[in-house]
Amino acid sequence: MLENRRLLRVLRRTVVQAVPTILGIIVLNFLLLKLAPGDAADVMAGEFGAATEETMVMLRQRFGLDVPVLQQLLAYLGNLAQFSLGQSPRYGMPVSELIGQRLPSTLMLMGMALAIALGIGIALGTAMALTAGRWPDRVLSVVSLIFYSVPGFWIGLMLIVLFSVKLGWLPSGGQETIGAGLTGIDYVLDRLKHMILPATSLALFYVAIYGRLTRAAVLEVASQDYVRTAAAKGLPPLAVTLRHIVRNALLPVTTLAGIHLGGILGGAVVVETVYSWPGLGRLAFESVMRRDFNVLLGVLLLSSFLVIIANTLVDLLHAWLDPRVEVR
Amino acid sequence: MSKAPLLDVSGLTIAFPGGTPVADFGFRVAAGETVAVVGESGSGKSLTALAIMRLLPRTARIATGTVRFQGRDLFALPEPEMRKVRGREIAMIFQEPMTSLNPVLTVGKQIAEVLRLHEGLSAESARKRAIELLDLVRVADPHRRVDDFPHRLSGGMRQRVMIAMAVACTPKLLIADEPTTALDVTIQAQVLDLLESLRRDLGMALMLITHDLGIVGQWADRVVVMYAGRGAEEAEAAALLGDPLHPYTRGLLAASPRLDASLHYTAGTLREIPGSISSAIGEPGCPFVPRCPLAQPSCRTAPPPLMPVRPGRLLACPPVAATLEPIDAAAVGR
Repeated sequence: MLENRRLLRVLRRTVVQAVPTILGIIVLNFLLLKLAPGDAADVMAGEFGAATEETMVMLRQRFGLDVPVLQQLLAYLGNLAQFSLGQSPRYGMPVSELIGQRLPSTLMLMGMALAIALGIGIALGTAMALTAGRWPDRVLSVVSLIFYSVPGFWIGLMLIVLFSVKLGWLPSGGQETIGAGLTGIDYVLDRLKHMILPATSLALFYVAIYGRLTRAAVLEVASQDYVRTAAAKGLPPLAVTLRHIVRNALLPVTTLAGIHLGGILGGAVVVETVYSWPGLGRLAFESVMRRDFNVLLGVLLLSSFLVIIANTLVDLLHAWLDPRVEVR
Repeated sequence: MSKAPLLDVSGLTIAFPGGTPVADFGFRVAAGETVAVVGESGSGKSLTALAIMRLLPRTARIATGTVRFQGRDLFALPEPEMRKVRGREIAMIFQEPMTSLNPVLTVGKQIAEVLRLHEGLSAESARKRAIELLDLVRVADPHRRVDDFPHRLSGGMRQRVMIAMAVACTPKLLIADEPTTALDVTIQAQVLDLLESLRRDLGMALMLITHDLGIVGQWADRVVVMYAGRGAEEAEAAALLGDPLHPYTRGLLAASPRLDASLHYTAGTLREIPGSISSAIGEPGCPFVPRCPLAQPSCRTAPPPLMPVRPGRLLACPPVAATLEPIDAAAVGR
């Protein structure tokens, strides 16, 4: 009862803060993109090889690019108020439809990457802390430093070389075997197999971060008085570690994971390109190249929503994990 | 010696890389009695308690000594066996109730944890028992409190929760490491009263670690005075307070403020023992020599052992012992 009221308060506060944040993001993004030289009409004209003055005017008129920037912004906001993200001049279809096609793939990739990063990172960090100063800690520290410092695209390429080219265990790209017509459990397994490499390349950087963070948190919590109390109860080391140490050490890790969600989306751009993964990241990248700003704005808006939703979830998780979090 | 004591610590030496904070220390606790271990900060009281529980920090090493509990050598027990002793036969409560409870688990769960571990209770019956225990340690409204998180409780309440956790499996020995130091004076008396009544009702022995001699007189049967990791004096509480023999004990008593209407702090300065306990480091003889008014050259050669000087009374001070009437060693019974 009390618990639920506390969580509801967290939720309400987040929503109140989210609205101005999102509005600010839209306006800022819109104006920033307008600073970029060229527009969709220029790119299209470039691809045609040549275009007359009249064609350009016509294109701009059709895309609504012929009016002053402020008016374009107002028109865009007007569209948004009607829950429309506008049309893509390039694809000639509604932006929401384009994004809708790509969103599930990216969400799955991000979810899997985050799960790998948290799962392995926390396990790694706990193992490092419990052996602090001895050789397993040293070895794992070096490994996590490598994960941390090597760029994601390189790791992606190396994983492809090893697991796809040399060993042939895993597919090197795409998100499903095209034309295989798999159903049921085979389909799920096929999708999972396609996801392992991209999700791992995306996750390794964060594995390193969560590993280091968990190590520090576990070391700090392990010296707390209540851990001694738990040992004095006669609990075996595993129970002390899981129930009393890791549970408390998770608090800072969850906070950081929420903040990282935006960063993972950014990393997805690179990884999706390397693995030809049909996701939002690649869509965003392509729309930058094509000056397809409506699509890009839609992607940016959606990702800010994602980050805000993720942060809310983290706040809720935090309030649930740590009863001392009282919302003022 | 009539029967074997419940707890028999002898020759305990705890070594850290930088020194030996407890050296050749020993004492006994009989079933059902309250033994106070007294000494100033840094005298090794808490380390001794942790050594009995085998919960010393990793850098510490037990160099010599044995701890016998009900005849069993605790230092020789394999770790899984030792875990069955902890919390079930010997329980411990700590000085800091504010930090000794896990902040993310309800107090009910933390009490239930020990019951489920040692008595194999189901979650439901452990919860029921936790409520009964909260009631036993006189926490008001235990049905509601059982679901509270520690940060919602006051220091005194938390210490009661710690006590509930400690007595959950009716241990034979409860080690209370300065259980009231962090509490208000009024709460102190309540908590000590509670410990005393639980000791009587549950038939536990109580090892009460304290630096407060006021507590000793009221709640302890016997007192062991520790200085710099060694035993200085051991006696019945009344005898020790009425007639302290060791110069350190005398100094401690003289330094205790007394509540006396005719005395005001302006009437005279509070007496202190000159110097500090750190002067004992590297002292080859009696650790108290640098601060002792009775120090003699012979005190500096070797640390004096605890010797029986009167029935039920041990003293580690040869100069003082020499001034006492010689006793018949057989009558001392030790």
